[in-house]
Amino acid sequence: MHELGVVFHIMDSLEKVAVENEVTGISRVVLELGEVSTVIESYLHNCWQWAAKKRELFSEAELVVETIPARTYCEGCGQTYATVEHGKICPCCHSPDTWLLQGNEFNIKEIEVY
Amino acid sequence: MKEVRILEIKQSVFADNDRQAQLLRQELREKKLFLLNLMSSPGSGKTTTLMRTIEALRDTLKIGVMEADIDSDVDARTISQSGVRVIQLHTGGMCHLDAEMTRQGLEGLDPAELDLVILENVGNLVCPAEFDTGATKNAMILSVPEGHDKPLKYPLMFSVCDVVLVNKIDVLPYFDFDLEKCREYVHRRNPRAKIIPICAKTGEGMKAWTDWLLQEVRGEGYGEKT
Repeated sequence: MHELGVVFHIMDSLEKVAVENEVTGISRVVLELGEVSTVIESYLHNCWQWAAKKRELFSEAELVVETIPARTYCEGCGQTYATVEHGKICPCCHSPDTWLLQGNEFNIKEIEVY
Repeated sequence: MKEVRILEIKQSVFADNDRQAQLLRQELREKKLFLLNLMSSPGSGKTTTLMRTIEALRDTLKIGVMEADIDSDVDARTISQSGVRVIQLHTGGMCHLDAEMTRQGLEGLDPAELDLVILENVGNLVCPAEFDTGATKNAMILSVPEGHDKPLKYPLMFSVCDVVLVNKIDVLPYFDFDLEKCREYVHRRNPRAKIIPICAKTGEGMKAWTDWLLQEVRGEGYGEKT
């Protein structure tokens, strides 16, 4: 829902990294995106393309998004299961007392620079 | 051929904003200025609640308001009728405010003379929850027509809130809104959230809310300027 805003945040952060590391250009940016973060990958790519044209440092940067699968833990039976497939109710014991273990991440993993 | 190398970053996209927000919160603490971030979906009654809150507290606290909207100054015009200092922030199409925008807005308010600044965030239950504004406390309004299942559908919003105002309780008889279920769902995601049922229009419950706010402001020594 706020893909353009987060693209600006990513670029702002990486511009700082570029200055600190005396980087002249970025050829690749790798992000880690959880399956149930609030960010839609295809929108992220669209926003990235639009914003990258406006910032020299990113004009040739390829965006790579690695997906982190969402897993939920059930307090009721101690099992973990795939969140996207089963949602908040545990498929093993049908308990609603469940917690997201992973899958809401949104990280900048690494960049390829020259 | 260009020589390329890999830089490992390994930081959350929100890390930079989180740092700036933490810094702003600390600065506000030193200046004894309390910043309340008020969030909700569009149409939940944020502006009406804000007007009633200002009426109740303006003789006790020096209040300023920051209105954040994608466009227009409709809310800022309404709030300015209450006589408090108000500034309109335009996010330029963005669905949320971040810590840097909040800092810029505060500078425009001349905050040295103020005890309490209320930030009326963009009407949205998703994005404002992701971006820490640097506020001292976060409040959100859930109105009865939206339904009691919202804490399940927007868990992040409810998990970052210190207080949840359940607004428009005057229409409870006409909706299938279950206040007890709502409490249960909020506390499942956020056990420390305070829940206060109110009706900004009739004034019901408003004293409990303004008492809570005043206690928060005074309790930590905010607003006691020398």
